[in-house]
Amino acid sequence: MSQQIPISVNVNGTLYERAVEPRLLLSDFLRHELELTGTHVGCEHGVCGACTVLLDGDAVRSCLLFAVQVDGHGLVTVEGLAPDASSDRLHPLQEAFREAHGLQCGFCTPGFLMTLVAFLEENPHPSEREIREVISGHLCRCTGYQSIVEATKIAARRSA
Amino acid sequence: MDNRHNDRLTIEGGVRAAIPHDSARKHVSGEATYTDDIPVPDGTLYAAIGISTHAHARITSLDLVPVASAPGVVAVLTAADVPGHNDVGPILQDETIFADGVVEYAGQSIFAVAARTIEQARRAARRAIVEYERREPVLTIDAALAAERFVLPSRTIRRGNPQASLAAAPHRLRGTLEMGGQDHFYLEGQVALAIPQEDGDMMIYSSTQHPTDVQRQVGRVLGLRVNAVTVEVRRMGGGFGGKESQAALFASVAALLANVTGRPVSLCLDRDDDMIMTGKRHEFHITYDVGFDDDGLIRGIELVMASRCGMSADLSGPVNDRAMFHADNAYYLENVSITSHRLKTNTVSNTAFRGFGGPQGMMGIEWVIDEIARHLGKDPLEVRKRNLYGDTERNVTPYEMTIEDNILHQLIEDLERSSDYQARRAAIHEFNATSPVLKRGIALTPVKFGISFTATHLNQAGALLHVFTDGSVHLNHAGTEMGQGVMTNVAQIVAEELQLDIDRIKITATNTGKVPNTSASAASATTDMNGAAAADAARTIKRRLIDVAVERFRVEPSQVAFRRNEVVIGDRVMPFEELVSLAHAARVQLSATGFYRTPKIHYDAERLRGRPFYYFAYGAAVSEVVIDTLTGEYMFPRVDILHDAGNPINAAIALGQVEGGFIQGMGWLTTEELYWDEEGRLMTHAPSTYKIPACGDTPPDFRVTLLESGQNREDVVYRSKAVGEPPLMLAISTFHAIKDAVASVGDYRLSPRLSAPATPERVLLAVEELRARLAARLVQLQPIEVH
Repeated sequence: MSQQIPISVNVNGTLYERAVEPRLLLSDFLRHELELTGTHVGCEHGVCGACTVLLDGDAVRSCLLFAVQVDGHGLVTVEGLAPDASSDRLHPLQEAFREAHGLQCGFCTPGFLMTLVAFLEENPHPSEREIREVISGHLCRCTGYQSIVEATKIAARRSA
Repeated sequence: MDNRHNDRLTIEGGVRAAIPHDSARKHVSGEATYTDDIPVPDGTLYAAIGISTHAHARITSLDLVPVASAPGVVAVLTAADVPGHNDVGPILQDETIFADGVVEYAGQSIFAVAARTIEQARRAARRAIVEYERREPVLTIDAALAAERFVLPSRTIRRGNPQASLAAAPHRLRGTLEMGGQDHFYLEGQVALAIPQEDGDMMIYSSTQHPTDVQRQVGRVLGLRVNAVTVEVRRMGGGFGGKESQAALFASVAALLANVTGRPVSLCLDRDDDMIMTGKRHEFHITYDVGFDDDGLIRGIELVMASRCGMSADLSGPVNDRAMFHADNAYYLENVSITSHRLKTNTVSNTAFRGFGGPQGMMGIEWVIDEIARHLGKDPLEVRKRNLYGDTERNVTPYEMTIEDNILHQLIEDLERSSDYQARRAAIHEFNATSPVLKRGIALTPVKFGISFTATHLNQAGALLHVFTDGSVHLNHAGTEMGQGVMTNVAQIVAEELQLDIDRIKITATNTGKVPNTSASAASATTDMNGAAAADAARTIKRRLIDVAVERFRVEPSQVAFRRNEVVIGDRVMPFEELVSLAHAARVQLSATGFYRTPKIHYDAERLRGRPFYYFAYGAAVSEVVIDTLTGEYMFPRVDILHDAGNPINAAIALGQVEGGFIQGMGWLTTEELYWDEEGRLMTHAPSTYKIPACGDTPPDFRVTLLESGQNREDVVYRSKAVGEPPLMLAISTFHAIKDAVASVGDYRLSPRLSAPATPERVLLAVEELRARLAARLVQLQPIEVH
């Protein structure tokens, strides 16, 4: 076995301390070590966006980072989006995606949500063109994107 | 009837309610479990497959000692270790699990390894030392045609006398249209988890559209009876046809390794391997010889379709049959011959992909009609309308099926008006006359798509329904969920039948132990068939409950009615669960199976004649494009669609199918280019090089309408219409809009030479080629079109 490096990372408000191999991908760390399987892996080289998580508030691709790189940092995954895990409430963006049919197979959905959460945080009143541009870094094979744009508009309107 | 009473009649989530996808909440919260998210038992091993680096070669030596001795490796398997049949061909037995002596495509499975981690397995697989004796690969359609290499015999459909009609026609054109294949690019790659059970049985969790195929194949591979294998799938992260036959190989490899190690085995393909190892939409060349009159009416046509099937038959037989059945698309071809060649090449075996040959067939005739229009100097739409099938005459297809439900005349007229086609076309011509670099184009194309599996026996479905004493319902059926919403649709049908709010209906994973001998979730008919089977089961339960009520309360059957979670029995009303409890106390069975077989269809597979389709789905689209003639880049500023989904079970789900299908079809014909090098190695095996549409590629003005008067004329469950595949072919309008824009470069006097996908590079080349031809023509003043 190769060397193990201790890391400590806050994910969705919980502090995790683990020893990991230096080349363990953050996506694999989240899915296999922490069993947070809501983060999906679509292409394993940073193009599809399915594995997007928030690193200190910024949307990043967890398949392009090693777990050791997030040592001492804070992460939010799709499981941490809802305001209160104990209740049924969803984040407004989650709720809009659900009701406005912004998904079909659902596999790409967590990645879209994480990018859009960070985007709406910075730009709460985006134009449709801005929404289309920011999600163009994500791939969805089912919806044709129209319903995703619509859901984002609804979420932005509600939080306005 | 007062309003209060009316309210009582309406359940939550019945038929026609545009409710969210049943898993939407779990999708957005990250709780939805895909196959690779299933918690695995302790001791689970991870698998990787060793693949061929040659497209055609004899394996002269295979040294797996370095693999077996790699860290973490527990087992290594080759063809010699397969206890049953070393084959996964879905129809013919012509495709090995592990190559046995000869490899026939680059990416073919040779051996498999199981290790303690996925990383160890993948690293170990690369350590094999394989020596090959290279053989000359046959890679292209032209090369396979020249070498007469076929996976299946060629077929021909003929009607009338095309030869004589061609000779007598006032005009005649010949040519060839080439179109590429398409990778499915489901976001979730191929994945399987095999868990050994007692008695040597095997439990398989597989991302598959066809659990029964996986079950049978795993049984054959392990040498087990079918009843020893159980396959379950709750949902896929996309399928699109790519998990119809393709899932069997990966499930079989996982099962073989699980069988030999006695431990659970997970096999999850990395994206590059997935794209290299799995079949795609068939590449086609369609050669035509068409004769027509001054109005553009086709008098006679000969079509020869040559498709690249890859190294085995897979589903190429029915795919190419469907291409032949859609060679007419919406047009009456009185004197016609359609020939189909199914070519064997040293490339991955091509497979099902949304449309299943239909898109390629339709592209051929739409191109021909466009060529006719350009030859005659007419609007292609005018020629399209001129050739449409009639309602009561000119309404028999080349395969002798009478079309009884044609709505295209009205649908096209409605779309032409609502999209403002004529005015926009005039404005585009005006724009192009004064715009030297940017050129616009527009095209309206229709779709007529046949619904049913062409193999009649596949048109059956089953369901299993349990009602529990608290009035809750467990629903199971043969359909698999890949995002298309079949679980939601079928649950809505059961809710409607039993008059229960949909939250009382438990949707459960598709499982071969619950509903056996199923057909694939394919051919767009999954809701049609499984919805009807589930309705059948619900009606059986209802009949039994009515019998209980009749006996217990001395009423007539007509006095028992199910209404919003309650049952009206004469002048008494009771909660549904109360009647269910009474039935249970009376020892009445509260579980039922349901079954459906599509009526009316029949088909002579030898002669390619009959009624292969129960009905047709219709739609039309208008696409407008603007191209940059200096770079070949383009965008679609506006697309209008009018599509007939019948009377949909859930209009929001149907709309999602139309939008998503169109964009996927647009990808096929525009940006998605598969490229193999001269040694037959796929070079575009990741999204960095293979470009599926992103949001920025989609039309910013996208107007999609479901035909409001839609109503299936056939007795399909709740008069809905299949909507999975047909909208993909609406995207044929995008390709022809590009062609129209290129044609403007020559002031519409010459027809562009364009092949699909019309990548920016090819658009630029088409512009340059057309300019060169125009210049040569001006110099030589020679006629160019063939007559």
